[in-house]
Amino acid sequence: MAAGVATWLPFARAAAVGWLPLAKKTMPKPPVDNSSKSDEILYVNVSGVRFQTWKNTLDRYPETLLGSSEKEFFYNEDTQEYFFDRDPEMFRHILNFYRTGKLHYPRNECIQAFDEELAFYGIVPEIIGDCCMEEYRDRKKENQERLAEDTEANEGMDAPLPPHSTSRERLWRAFENPHTSTMALVFYYVTGFFIAVSVIANVVETVPCRPRKGSVKDLPCGEKYQLAFFCMDTACVLIFTFEYLMRLFAAPSRCKFMRSVMSVIDVVAIMPYYIGLVMPENEDVSGAFVTLRVFRVFRIFKFSRHSQGLRILGYTLKSCASELGFLLFSLTMAIIIFATVMFYAEKGTAGSTFTSIPASFWYTIVTMTTLGYGDMVPNTIAGKIFGSICSLSGVLVIALPVPVIVSNFSRIYHQNQRADKMRAQQKVRLARIRMAKKGTANAFLQYKEDRSLGDRDSDTTALCVKNRSAFEHQHHHLLHCLEKTTNHEFTNEMTYSELCMTESVGYRTSRSTSLSSQQGAQNNSTGCCPRRARRRAAMRLANSTVSVSRGSVQELDTLHIKTTSIPPQTRSSLNAQTGDLKLNCGEQDFTAAIISIPTPPANTPDESLPPSPAPIPGILRNTRATAYTHDTVKISSL
Amino acid sequence: MFTYWHYVYRADDDLEMTMVCHRPEGLDQLEAQTNFSKRELQVLYRGFKNECPSGIVNEETFKQIYSQFFPHGDASTYAHFLFNAFDSAHTGSIKFEDFVTALSILLRGSVTEKLQWTFNLYDINRDGYINKEEMTDIVRAIYDMMGKYTYPVLKNDAPKQHVEAFFQKMDKNRDGVVTLDEFILSCQEDENIMRSLQLFENVI
Repeated sequence: MAAGVATWLPFARAAAVGWLPLAKKTMPKPPVDNSSKSDEILYVNVSGVRFQTWKNTLDRYPETLLGSSEKEFFYNEDTQEYFFDRDPEMFRHILNFYRTGKLHYPRNECIQAFDEELAFYGIVPEIIGDCCMEEYRDRKKENQERLAEDTEANEGMDAPLPPHSTSRERLWRAFENPHTSTMALVFYYVTGFFIAVSVIANVVETVPCRPRKGSVKDLPCGEKYQLAFFCMDTACVLIFTFEYLMRLFAAPSRCKFMRSVMSVIDVVAIMPYYIGLVMPENEDVSGAFVTLRVFRVFRIFKFSRHSQGLRILGYTLKSCASELGFLLFSLTMAIIIFATVMFYAEKGTAGSTFTSIPASFWYTIVTMTTLGYGDMVPNTIAGKIFGSICSLSGVLVIALPVPVIVSNFSRIYHQNQRADKMRAQQKVRLARIRMAKKGTANAFLQYKEDRSLGDRDSDTTALCVKNRSAFEHQHHHLLHCLEKTTNHEFTNEMTYSELCMTESVGYRTSRSTSLSSQQGAQNNSTGCCPRRARRRAAMRLANSTVSVSRGSVQELDTLHIKTTSIPPQTRSSLNAQTGDLKLNCGEQDFTAAIISIPTPPANTPDESLPPSPAPIPGILRNTRATAYTHDTVKISSL
Repeated sequence: MFTYWHYVYRADDDLEMTMVCHRPEGLDQLEAQTNFSKRELQVLYRGFKNECPSGIVNEETFKQIYSQFFPHGDASTYAHFLFNAFDSAHTGSIKFEDFVTALSILLRGSVTEKLQWTFNLYDINRDGYINKEEMTDIVRAIYDMMGKYTYPVLKNDAPKQHVEAFFQKMDKNRDGVVTLDEFILSCQEDENIMRSLQLFENVI
């Protein structure tokens, strides 16, 4: 828990006096506090700079170097101080963390040096306070990206191939990194050349050439030298097809490759040719054929494989899409408004070019962008007035704020990204806080079973006691008092859901002792946990005060459940190895009705079974780790 | 855009609030008023000041702090009652003197004083009587702290039953309310309570 909260624990414990008249039983004994010597000042010498602090301050975080016994390794007997050969500037921040509970990131320090110091002193970077967290994360990401780029640049280009790669892998590598081998480079340049040739051919095809002898009209070169252009086109398409098929063959994941943008561009670039081949020379279809030829211009996008800049531009446009969309939307609104107004203003005039509102769109756009082609001109006075308003507002709407919009978009874009990042981080943080809360809860459950274990085995008790700080002892004592006051105990989610499930199903009376009910319990639908079934088998029936009938659902509060201070043995049995199991059955702490389910009846509620017990020992065993994260995370939530 | 301006206004308001500061009376006076030694007061104040540099704790902060100790359930209702018990002058905030006075009673006070403090905690409206509604509120708040996952499963009328048992024991003349004298008398008769009261003396 956070440092300051530790201060308030004595107060919370004192306030527990308020529960006393309500409790039906005596409160448990408080833990013995051996470490009640008065506070002393510690001297910490970091490369010559002497720091002094209370011992209590350092003890707040027992899982760090300074808070645990690890600092004894650095104790210098001669000078009676702790000596660390580290950076004193950084140590100042570390010590402030102990004092205030918040870790700040000094902006002028190198992020790697800071991380190293944190690692040395055993502090998890996640607890950096909210004020500095963003900066820290940004710098860390920058650093990581830079490192990644460097390593990629080093490895990607010149790393030798792994010795046993198949020809397929080598081919793919040649395609992706043309600099690796000469053949790949040659192929790279050849395809680039042919893309250029193809694009130029498409362009030149439409230029008018001198007509053939005997005719007057100018012909486009495409028709004059039809055969030549056809051969060039065929050659290009053959090369592109070959390249595409080779890539398809070499791709490690063909489906993913086929879905990628570049592959789509490739296909669109070569399809028109093939479609043109198979289509008959028909008048009706030739219109569609001409449209298809337009798609040949997509070949120019194939250059993006050859140009990094083009790829970045495409990516930027894609990521700015929402801002551009908003701009477009507001422009559209203005256009529609003005077009409507102009149409109705010019409606009356004869021979007006404003034939409809969509026709007026063209006028509005041309006017607002201050192009002013003059093909559509208002004639009425009202039309001219609105036309001038339109062009003036066009100047305002488009010309002036464009720089502002551009910079705004860039800022909003970054802000948006940061907001999304923070939202994602927030979710992660909340999840961590929840997990840490569960950690404390589990820590208490662990404490309870350790105590129950300890009743039998003093060695393990001693071990468990040693592993816990005084603070934890006192906190657990407080929770124990609450349990006593309310006469209920804390459990974890799984036991609770089991209890819920079992209490809503019919009961079965059984006078027999553990054995037969154990057999019955084995048909348990919660048979995933045989140990738990055995626990229930250890319960004996209450005598005739309870009358239950088969198949009827009884209310739990008519049962007498007498619990002693020893919690249900299952949890300890889950954690302990098999040797302890035998002990459980002997204890008869529970007198309750048997909760055994012969077969899952039709009216079982739709509760999902608790997951297999495998994770449970993990959770309970890892209380140190989770308690640790709980400690560290709590600070930022305060 | 609108939300951004809203936050700016709110931030201004908040800034003004934190300027309020409080300093406690001198160490000697506090030592005279409470049952703590100078050293203990020093340790207590250092912790208090570290947590609340402004010197006062308001109810929200108090609720947050108290909830940290009970992660299973919802401790805010009980923290509210506790806050009112500490804030005897009803100023809306706990100062160090309130803090230390209450601790002195709870840890170093006589049995009567402790029981009196507890009576004040239960008597929400401070009219000198504890009636069933007040007690039910308190008990429900305590049960809320247990959270959902308990063994045995928490029933909805568990607080009510608890209150019934309490009144059975405490309400001597069966008039439906518990007065301070009835309360103290009944608690002194109960061995469990007396024994438990002594357990909490070594908390500091």
